[in-house]
Amino acid sequence: MPDITTIIAVIIMVVKVVVVTQVIFSLPMPLTWIERKIAGHIHVRLGPMRVGPHGILQPLADTIKLLFKEDITPAKADKFLYKIAPLVAMVPAFAVFVAIPFGGEFIVPFTDKVFTLYISDMNVGILYVLAIGGLSIYGIILGGWASNSKYALLGGLRSSAQMISYEVALSFAAIGVVMMTNSLSLVDMVKSQGDWFWQWNILYLPVGPVWFVIFMIASLAEINRIPFDLPEDEGTLAAGYHTEYSGMRFSFFMLYEYVAMVTVSCLAVVMFFGGWSAPIDFREFEVLTPITSISWIYGLFGIFWFVSKVAVFIYFFMWIRFTLPRYRYDQLMTIGWKILIPISIFNILLTGLMRIWA
Amino acid sequence: MLLSYLPILIMIGFVSFMGLAVLFVSYLFRPSNPYPEKLTAWECGLAPIGEANQGHFRVHFFVIAILFVIFDVETLFLFPWATLLGDKSISVFLFVEMLVFVVVLAAGLVYAWAKGALEWI
Repeated sequence: MPDITTIIAVIIMVVKVVVVTQVIFSLPMPLTWIERKIAGHIHVRLGPMRVGPHGILQPLADTIKLLFKEDITPAKADKFLYKIAPLVAMVPAFAVFVAIPFGGEFIVPFTDKVFTLYISDMNVGILYVLAIGGLSIYGIILGGWASNSKYALLGGLRSSAQMISYEVALSFAAIGVVMMTNSLSLVDMVKSQGDWFWQWNILYLPVGPVWFVIFMIASLAEINRIPFDLPEDEGTLAAGYHTEYSGMRFSFFMLYEYVAMVTVSCLAVVMFFGGWSAPIDFREFEVLTPITSISWIYGLFGIFWFVSKVAVFIYFFMWIRFTLPRYRYDQLMTIGWKILIPISIFNILLTGLMRIWA
Repeated sequence: MLLSYLPILIMIGFVSFMGLAVLFVSYLFRPSNPYPEKLTAWECGLAPIGEANQGHFRVHFFVIAILFVIFDVETLFLFPWATLLGDKSISVFLFVEMLVFVVVLAAGLVYAWAKGALEWI
């Protein structure tokens, strides 16, 4: 029989998981609207305008439409794998959020209990994120193969070859950050970066910005977005691995792609931009001492900074999508294997030397 | 310790439940009107030729997969090393040891490059 504190801890854990899952599950709806609006304004047009004010109810209409669409399973498809593949892609993308810290910890008012603004502080944090995030490749390649369609098969193969190629560069970037912070836990990673913006890993000169650029290029390829969206290259492959999918199963693949975009934005913030810490240390100002001493306000303030930084990255990914053209597949492989990996190996040695002498 | 891994199980269970629930709601509402033409694989409107899942694809995808296994396992060896590098008493020893390892890794990359395993065309 477990004691009462364990039971309370488990209940809090379940509540946190449910809240985070619901938020992430519904996040793609506003994101699709924002993406279409940004696309519209970059193309000097209005974007969605009809459904609700400035088209804000458009994602709701899309959801209802997708809910009412027929679920087509091709006659020659491998039925079981075809039906299960969207879930295999989607579930690991959510499971990653167990390790991501949305904020620090604060003391609950009127008690002496500490409340943490992350679900779990795993001691293998970054390794867990890379491992579980990589599992989504199975969903894509299974969906592509089980469709028994040539476009889907080639899309799935391209997607998996691209993702495993850039997984290596992404791991190297993670190693670089681990070398700078000496911990695999994402919470410790944030804490080891200072409270001022020049103490963040991005400004760990000269290696920090290089790791950041490697991480951003690799993560753009990991989440299959322009300029690396070869798996969904409509000019050569129809829709890639989800050519045969329709209705809700198709929207699970879309959900996976948006959640993956949020994941890499969160990772970029945690690894390079100080996570939930504000750009300047407010605790150093005498005037603000009454506010910062009430630590729960300061704790919730962290969520504000975290969400703002993540929003900047999400905007950045959308901005890139409507600005850059698409690479060819051989160029993609050249960037991954012949440019990013040699630079990473060199940069690991440089970071190691800096850690020894610094 | 183990308690910090429990949320993974809860998360996976809850997300799977959500996904299946959405599929069930969709199942209640959606129409089902299949006919042979609708159920063929899409091939620009022509009748599909042959079976796609017999696996006719370039063998180069397989070479990339083998290279991935080699390099990803090697990055895994670097992770425990990277966590200990801040320890001043052993950092020089660790660095020299890893230098040897990384040079071997780089030699492998140069070999694959020279053999043309990284050329796509």
